[in-house]
Amino acid sequence: MVGVSARRAVAYETDNQLVVEGVSKRFGGVVAVEDVSLEVPRGSIVSIIGPNGAGKTSLLNMISGFYKPDSGRVALEGKDITQKKPSDIAALGIARTFQNIALFSGLTVLDNLMLGRHVRMKAGVLSSVIYWGLAQKEDIAHREAVEEILEFLKLQDLRRQPTAALAYGLRKRVELGRALASQPKVLLLDEPMGGMNQDEKEDMARYVLDVNQERGVTVVLIEHDMGVVMDISDKVVVLDRGRGIAVGTPDEVQRNPKVVEAYLGTAKGGAKA
Amino acid sequence: MFHRESGVFKTTYAADMALYPLPIAKWTVAALAVIFVVIVPLTVHEYYLSILNLIFIAIVGALGLNILVGYTGQISLGHGAFMSVGAYTAANLAVKLDLPFWLTLPAGGLMAAAIGVVVGMPSLRIKGLYLAIATLAGQLIIEWTINRVPAISGGAQASIQVDRPSLFGFSFNTQGTLYFFLLFFAVLAIIGTLNLVRSRIGRAFVAVRDQDIAAEIIGIDIYRYKLMAFAISSFYAGVCGVLYTYYFGIANYEQFQLIVSIDYLAMIIIGGLGSVLGSILGAVFVTLLPIVIRILMENVGSLFFTTAEMANVISGLRLGVFGGLIIFFLIVEPEGLNRLWRNIRSYFRVWPFSY
Repeated sequence: MVGVSARRAVAYETDNQLVVEGVSKRFGGVVAVEDVSLEVPRGSIVSIIGPNGAGKTSLLNMISGFYKPDSGRVALEGKDITQKKPSDIAALGIARTFQNIALFSGLTVLDNLMLGRHVRMKAGVLSSVIYWGLAQKEDIAHREAVEEILEFLKLQDLRRQPTAALAYGLRKRVELGRALASQPKVLLLDEPMGGMNQDEKEDMARYVLDVNQERGVTVVLIEHDMGVVMDISDKVVVLDRGRGIAVGTPDEVQRNPKVVEAYLGTAKGGAKA
Repeated sequence: MFHRESGVFKTTYAADMALYPLPIAKWTVAALAVIFVVIVPLTVHEYYLSILNLIFIAIVGALGLNILVGYTGQISLGHGAFMSVGAYTAANLAVKLDLPFWLTLPAGGLMAAAIGVVVGMPSLRIKGLYLAIATLAGQLIIEWTINRVPAISGGAQASIQVDRPSLFGFSFNTQGTLYFFLLFFAVLAIIGTLNLVRSRIGRAFVAVRDQDIAAEIIGIDIYRYKLMAFAISSFYAGVCGVLYTYYFGIANYEQFQLIVSIDYLAMIIIGGLGSVLGSILGAVFVTLLPIVIRILMENVGSLFFTTAEMANVISGLRLGVFGGLIIFFLIVEPEGLNRLWRNIRSYFRVWPFSY
């Protein structure tokens, strides 16, 4: 049995970088996610959409290891990561941002991004206390990588600013930078454009596309702005009340009657309300 | 304070990440070194040297506690007990095995670190006030154990006499020589902490403090880092306890009761949480406060009180002023002395042309 599933895992490694197979999660009597599957091809942008409470963030939490699914499995490049700790999953190459920005508010932009590289660094307690030598050399090497990301996201002039003092849109961008700093293979973005104005949304969409195309990072995106989702996604997955109800290209999904129903309700449902 | 940052352009990351990024800071450090290594020990009276020595020891302990409370955001009411663990470990090794200080000191620190990790384990599940109570239990259990187990405490008095530290036949047996002994370890602790908090580990501690969920998601094993913070912090406390032991020439559990844990918390709250300079200022402040109050009372208080009343008045006043000051700082400047110093400095940064 183990052998079979292992071989199957190798089989879909060629095209799908991240695979979620029938995961479910319940909190007491509430079903957050029920038997949802997701296939994320390498180098693609996959969007997860759905009404509020559809289970989008719960699904992301299961991928990043923050929730353990009650059933089903999550695999990155054919390797089962379902039961791994969030910190180990980060080290394997999955980074994410949060719906409500979760930056380290007491630290500068630079330190937030350096923390993004935590998993790629090695310095232990002793070499940190001594610092001069190993730890310093490592800090400098990783500082260069971080500066490159600061430049990419046009945050150079803010590097010494504490993140608590930054405007909302900038904080979202810093959070993207922190996720990028870990050199992820797959980037999970939870409403990166939530609460932004049109200009900021366009900037963020541009950055997401650049991250995907120039840096070759696979992106899984939760977003409510349908215009952005339909423009930049290769594939759209629709959730409603914890279940997957549709999957396909943006065009296919938009024409799917089930999706229209989930968003707008049926004639009967409308009459009841 | 009277330096200018303009015109200083860093061209390497190493220069940008230096402890003191401004060239003039080298002169400040050099001046401080001359003052503390040459001028102070030559000019200051032995009594005041003994106060400085107490401050040096307190700095080590305050830095350690600040790593845990200020940087990692965990709380401990058990640091007095961790100090006693270090103190009795060193005292026993020094007396029974006749080991020199350069072995007993790290041994005391390591033993305290081990105990600290055990007492810190509840931090994996609980935070804040609950953790405070759990570590308080640790403090009381350790106090009780040391007091009741003669193998540790050395008999009925629960105290062990030790010889003063010596190196290559030279004994640090006066306040003047102990001054250098303790200064060395205080400086070592300061530099070590400065390095720790600017490095990978220190950043991870702050991440655990600010946003533990996000910390986990970006790859920081928060359980590991919480225990690591307890270990490092207790190591400092253990070393602090060993230094007390050598300074007083005796390890005594009464030296490390709950009130000591609270005193040290007061130091870092008054000095400034999450700040190395704050730990130092807090240690200075809390060590000097009772001494200043006593000197003031001895000179002024004799006008109002008889000598017999004085002792009570002084001890009562100390607690009163102490509590009052903590409340004062929490209201006026929650970020402590360190923040006050930074406000003064930033005022003078562009002085006299502040616009």
